[in-house]
Amino acid sequence: MSPTILVWLLVIPFAGGMLSWQSERYSRFVPRWIALFTQLIVLGMSVWLWCVGDFTLASPSTTPAFALEFKAAWIPSFGINFHLGLDGLSLLLIILTNLLGVMAIGCSWKEIDRYVGFFHLNLLWNLAGVVGVFLALDLFLFFFFWEMMLVPMYFLIALWGHNIPGGKGRIYSATKFFIFTQFSGLIMLLAILALVFFNHQATGAWSFGYFELLKTARGLDPQIAWWVMLGFFLAFAVKMPIVPLHTWLPDAHSQAPTAGSVDLAGILLKTAAYGMLRFALPFFPDAMREIAPFAMALAALSVIYAGVVAFSQTDIKRLIAYSSISHMGFVTLGIFAGTEQALQGVVIQMIAHGLSAAALFILCGEIYERLHTRDLRQMGGLWARFPYLPPIMLFFSAASLGLPGLGNFVGEFLILTGSYAVSPLFTILCALGLVLAAVYSLILIQKAFHGSAQKADAHGHGGSEKYEDLNRRELGMMALLMVLLLGLGLYPQPVLDVSAASMQTVQMIYNHAPPAVATTGVTP
Amino acid sequence: MTLNELLALAPLILLTLTTVGIMLFIAWGRRYHLTGALTILGMNLALLSLPLLWIYNDGQPVTITPLLVLDGYALFYSGLILAAALGVLTLCGAYFESYEGNREELYLLLLMSTMGAVVLVMSRHFAGFFIGLELMSIPLYAMVAYPSRDSRALEGGIKYLILSAGASAFMLFGIALLFAETGVLGFADIGAKLAEGRTPLLLTGAAMIIVGIAFKLSAVPFHLWTSDVYEASPAPVAAFLATVSKVAVFAATYRLFLSVGLFQQPSVIEALSVVAIASMVIGNVLALAQDNVKRILAYSSIAQFGYLLVALVAAGDRATEAAGIFLLTYVVTTIGVFGVIALVSSPMKDRDVEHIEQFRGLFWKRPYLSSIMVAMLLSLAGIPVTAGFIGKFYVISLGVEQRLWWLLGAVIAGSAIGLFYYLRVLIMMFQPIPTRDRVSEPLNWIQNAGGAMLVTAMIFMLVMGVYPEPFLDLIRASTPLLK
Repeated sequence: MSPTILVWLLVIPFAGGMLSWQSERYSRFVPRWIALFTQLIVLGMSVWLWCVGDFTLASPSTTPAFALEFKAAWIPSFGINFHLGLDGLSLLLIILTNLLGVMAIGCSWKEIDRYVGFFHLNLLWNLAGVVGVFLALDLFLFFFFWEMMLVPMYFLIALWGHNIPGGKGRIYSATKFFIFTQFSGLIMLLAILALVFFNHQATGAWSFGYFELLKTARGLDPQIAWWVMLGFFLAFAVKMPIVPLHTWLPDAHSQAPTAGSVDLAGILLKTAAYGMLRFALPFFPDAMREIAPFAMALAALSVIYAGVVAFSQTDIKRLIAYSSISHMGFVTLGIFAGTEQALQGVVIQMIAHGLSAAALFILCGEIYERLHTRDLRQMGGLWARFPYLPPIMLFFSAASLGLPGLGNFVGEFLILTGSYAVSPLFTILCALGLVLAAVYSLILIQKAFHGSAQKADAHGHGGSEKYEDLNRRELGMMALLMVLLLGLGLYPQPVLDVSAASMQTVQMIYNHAPPAVATTGVTP
Repeated sequence: MTLNELLALAPLILLTLTTVGIMLFIAWGRRYHLTGALTILGMNLALLSLPLLWIYNDGQPVTITPLLVLDGYALFYSGLILAAALGVLTLCGAYFESYEGNREELYLLLLMSTMGAVVLVMSRHFAGFFIGLELMSIPLYAMVAYPSRDSRALEGGIKYLILSAGASAFMLFGIALLFAETGVLGFADIGAKLAEGRTPLLLTGAAMIIVGIAFKLSAVPFHLWTSDVYEASPAPVAAFLATVSKVAVFAATYRLFLSVGLFQQPSVIEALSVVAIASMVIGNVLALAQDNVKRILAYSSIAQFGYLLVALVAAGDRATEAAGIFLLTYVVTTIGVFGVIALVSSPMKDRDVEHIEQFRGLFWKRPYLSSIMVAMLLSLAGIPVTAGFIGKFYVISLGVEQRLWWLLGAVIAGSAIGLFYYLRVLIMMFQPIPTRDRVSEPLNWIQNAGGAMLVTAMIFMLVMGVYPEPFLDLIRASTPLLK
């Protein structure tokens, strides 16, 4: 297996996006098909990688190892390489990204009717940027992709978003999203550069390489390491998002088009967790352990606060957005607990949440297409008016509240059991989030589908008139997501096997890190 | 003067010959396109002479009289200035096409101003410095006020004239103080005297010179003219102001600082740091409230030079490099942005296309031209893949290396604030247009010189953003530390 396949994973969506944009002048449908085809190719490639690759390690050590690596010189004067690497963790997240990419194209098939080609250009470039984040093993490259995925996302929200009544407008939300992530990103850039300069001081060579900086970071004076770690932590905490840095997310979600929401909740948030697992934690195990109680407290706060706030939302998409924050709180808890069980739980939780949140957002989009409102107060009694949509929604709500048998349950269960030994207090607090999840998920179902039918909606549909139900495309997408969630819930072992080696490495680094002694003699 | 020194003056001589030639040519007959072509030819010859001189001199500096020096540094910045001036020239060609007054003199002014800029970056003596500065500035007053029937342009020109003259007076007085104290005017000589010990008079002189320079670079608190003058000038002239004049002043200042050894003066560094932070913060904050794109760009250039001042504060080998790459990316980007404005505007209209509302839906009408604008705005905001990111990356890395945390804080805060107004202009171009008049532009805009220049700038910008290595090599080779 040649490592150049990693480059193709990036090049194909970029090229496909360009092609899709340019094909708009011929027809509205060509761009969609090109985008779908492109995304299916990369999805196929990533699944193929899973099938043929070997992601187990003979003996896990405290230096992460990668199954596939691609390296080419890029900016030699700064020691910057185009260095990509694939291990179990990144493979799983890339498959998730590409799968949800297909879903995002599928769900915008009818929703997007303006500037179709340009839309798919942004969507594909965003996906490619995320894949780049998951592959980058050079910190410059990582930052490059980290920032690059923002611009297309900005356009997705700002151009194809909704201006819901009472909201602050899609451009406001998009700009807020951009500024939050860019600002925190620049702080991370400072941290990266600080590491690079410490490396330069210690070795006399410029390098942005993962392994070089890993060594430098481990040898840093604890106090400096703490500050540098903070730069990484902040960037990831904003993106995760951890309360109180979360305010951009509900705004972004409530204005974003369906594909944008799928992308945001399903994929973009995962880049933060990935960044923690790949960079922050292996680089600064001691500093991360130091702030672990604080971070876990914030995680518990995220879980509970977002759960409570979700409950009181009337906009269906904002509700799901807050539930995402709540679920990502579990991820934060698991990462900082750092036991192997918790970390494996984090992986499952990321995938399961990606699938279930994406499905919920797609369903919201379907409801909006038919009712032209997302206000829960104007729904009600919908159960009788659709044959398929309500039960499917119930299924994914159940997944989201952590019903055993579905993926989210496995993830949350592993995280909670894995974290209990480390911090019983915050684990118990987070477990309360499960109760809240049940409350807000069921209130969503109850308000939207049960109760008395509203007299008329915005388009004057009568109270008992049937709506057009999900068509075959939509049913097919939902069925696929349902099967995957069930599979993940009933038999998660294949996924756990793939990520096991990476997570063992992270766990070893986090827990058996040598005591903090400045080995390279770096002083502030 | 030896033959070698005379040869080293080739770029200046070529520019002068062109100027004189054009002057006689205009007296003989007004031919707009031919005049433009001759100017472009002259500038290209001057530009071509630079690499030849580099090879001929084997990269060694040639001093030309006590006033000027032609070293790699001067060659690099002369090249940058000439390239930027050529860019502006092509824009002028397109912009003044429909102008009904006398159009040919603009080329003359532009040539002289460019000559002044080249003298400025070659100067190693205060006399050369001041001659260059004035030769560059005086034609600029006339360029700003060129559409002389427009009262706004006249007002802008006069405002610039008066304030700039004030700044020049400050600088001249500062130079006089230095001369009174040391009795010499060469940068290196003054540096030697300064190393012996500093007196209050010397520092006062230095402070007054810094005031004059800060005015030209429109650094806060000497920035008040910038937005008015940018708004009043025709778009290509604003581009010239933002690129050629600022690059030349910065390059000359950097050399001045390095040779005089002003870096060793903590008070100077502190003052500069304050000016830099103020420029970044105030420039960005003031841009937030603007609705006029030219004014936004004016404030943005104040902020950009705030970022660049980090290089001046840090000083050293890598700072020289950082300043070079930052200015390179800045010039390409700024020319691009103003170029788009110039190409959609006309001097016979009351105003340029400059109000933010006039950009509404531009993307759906002129997709390629606005794609260029989008890319350039993103570059100003410093988003990866664009050149602006590389420039900002260099500046930030310099700050981290020198541990200038306060300045870095301002860079980051400024970048975050800056995003807001760049995005505001950017997204306006994508707003749906009510009439649904999504006519695609005819592609012939690319065939005129202005359009071709913009596409070239765009390509350069992206290449710099994605593969900056060749440019870094060029800068590193041409600007070894000036002693």
